[in-house]
Amino acid sequence: MSELKLEVKIDRLTLRNPVMTASGTFGYGEEFTDFIDLSRLGGIVVKGTTGERRQGNAYPRMAETPMGMLNAVGLQNVGVETFCKEVYPRIKGYDTNVIVNVSGSSIEEYCHVAEQINELENIPAIELNISCPNVKKGGMGFGTNPDMASQVVAEVRKVYEKTLIVKLTPNVTSVVEIAKAVEGAGADSVSLINTLLGMAVDVERRRPMLSTVTGGLSGPCVKPVAVRCVWQVAHAVKIPVIGLGGIRTAEDALEFLMAGAKAIEVGTANFMDPQVTVKIVEGLKEWSLRHKVEDINDIIGIV
Amino acid sequence: MKKITDFKIAERRQYGEHYFVWTLKSPENLEPIRAGQFVEVEVKNSGDVMLRRPISIHDFDITNNTIKLLVQIVGKGTRKLATLKEGDTVNVIYPLGNGFGVIGEHPLLVGGGAGIAPLLGLAKAYKAKGIEPTILLGGRTESLIPAREAFMEVIEGTQLHYATEDGTLGETGLVTQHSVFKGQYDHMATCGPTPMMKAVSQSAQERGIGCEVSLENMMACGVGACLCCVCDTEEGHKCVCKDGPVFDSRKVLSFKL
Repeated sequence: MSELKLEVKIDRLTLRNPVMTASGTFGYGEEFTDFIDLSRLGGIVVKGTTGERRQGNAYPRMAETPMGMLNAVGLQNVGVETFCKEVYPRIKGYDTNVIVNVSGSSIEEYCHVAEQINELENIPAIELNISCPNVKKGGMGFGTNPDMASQVVAEVRKVYEKTLIVKLTPNVTSVVEIAKAVEGAGADSVSLINTLLGMAVDVERRRPMLSTVTGGLSGPCVKPVAVRCVWQVAHAVKIPVIGLGGIRTAEDALEFLMAGAKAIEVGTANFMDPQVTVKIVEGLKEWSLRHKVEDINDIIGIV
Repeated sequence: MKKITDFKIAERRQYGEHYFVWTLKSPENLEPIRAGQFVEVEVKNSGDVMLRRPISIHDFDITNNTIKLLVQIVGKGTRKLATLKEGDTVNVIYPLGNGFGVIGEHPLLVGGGAGIAPLLGLAKAYKAKGIEPTILLGGRTESLIPAREAFMEVIEGTQLHYATEDGTLGETGLVTQHSVFKGQYDHMATCGPTPMMKAVSQSAQERGIGCEVSLENMMACGVGACLCCVCDTEEGHKCVCKDGPVFDSRKVLSFKL
């Protein structure tokens, strides 16, 4: 058998394998270098970055739920200026695709951040977050309305030249409709799903578990919803789909690939096992050998 | 460097209903540890519990490559951990967080309930510098101040004091009402229930001396990636897992006078 090929392409990006990390679960990558060699991964998507520094929501911001967790971090981040000046120099040398998740409360803010990131030589792509459920203004507001989604993507497209990935929310009636809208507005790829809007109550204290009452649900419990969304979108758009939501094993990743994702992102599982991404890469190799699949692209979208 | 390692439970001791102490042996040389750092323990085969549990390092021994964890049984995760037996392995990420400074010549260390855990390692760190710290441990009742013999092995009897609300051990009342608390110190370190840490911090501020507090917030990652465990400080939201768990109490907004 010839050499196994795990390499996939997302627009102009070449990933050495389909395994990336999900924004908000992997910091800037630095938090994980004691545990894994980042060059083993197809890419990393770093923390959501906004126009100004944001403090995020009040504690408590997290609640464990059956096979998952709710979070309401609310895009705490250093802001794009500090990112470019202080964070980027520390992470630009990583031997993997470093993608910045871009967030905002207005179209102007999204464009401002995208423009700044466009100048950073070693950032080949952004993931436009129009799906964060934890901010009062913007965020998911853009991702639940096809006209607004299309508008923000079209405006960012004017100022951003490199690979533009748009991250979609599952908290809509038709994720396909949103995906088609952003494809039409010039997105190079879509990633999905962001977290599902959820809630949990502390019955002893008789109050919500989160300071914000509602938050985003992630972890293994959301995987079937995510696979379904990926399958629906992959059948409806021509641009490559990146799948995420509850992935923690190679088998989980394969479900997404077979449902039509060209690459996957691993999120909450990084908290359970900081080495999980590398284990998934190894598991993909093992599965491919066992199934005599020479090129991982051969199984993408086969269901 | 942070590591992920399968430790073997070399010894397990139960203290009443609510607490147990593990002595965990690493198959390889321990990474350098500072008192006040913590670990994230995986909870295996426990149905729907998914996240690791952050547990403070009680003590460590670099010659035997062991760490001790004093665990309070509080919920699903720790209840499952409590069922593990000597000889079982547990997957641990360590050492996490910043740890205590070993500050002052006449320090007072104040612990409450399971919060006494990191003070054992801290007491040893002071002793290694030739400093005999004063230790004050408190709880509602005697059985809620577990694993005291470990402190007795390290600390002179005259330096080790207790306060219980029901008077079953040491002086009756809160730690802040204890006669030893009123003594002369040049630094304090505290870990335990939030109201206790707040009272100790504020007393230190009134006396014009420094105080370090070890905070406990709900966490997911333990390494500063998820930003779930933040506390409000003078410098904005800080991660308890990465920027703490030990903070200068004057910087923690809710502990300020």
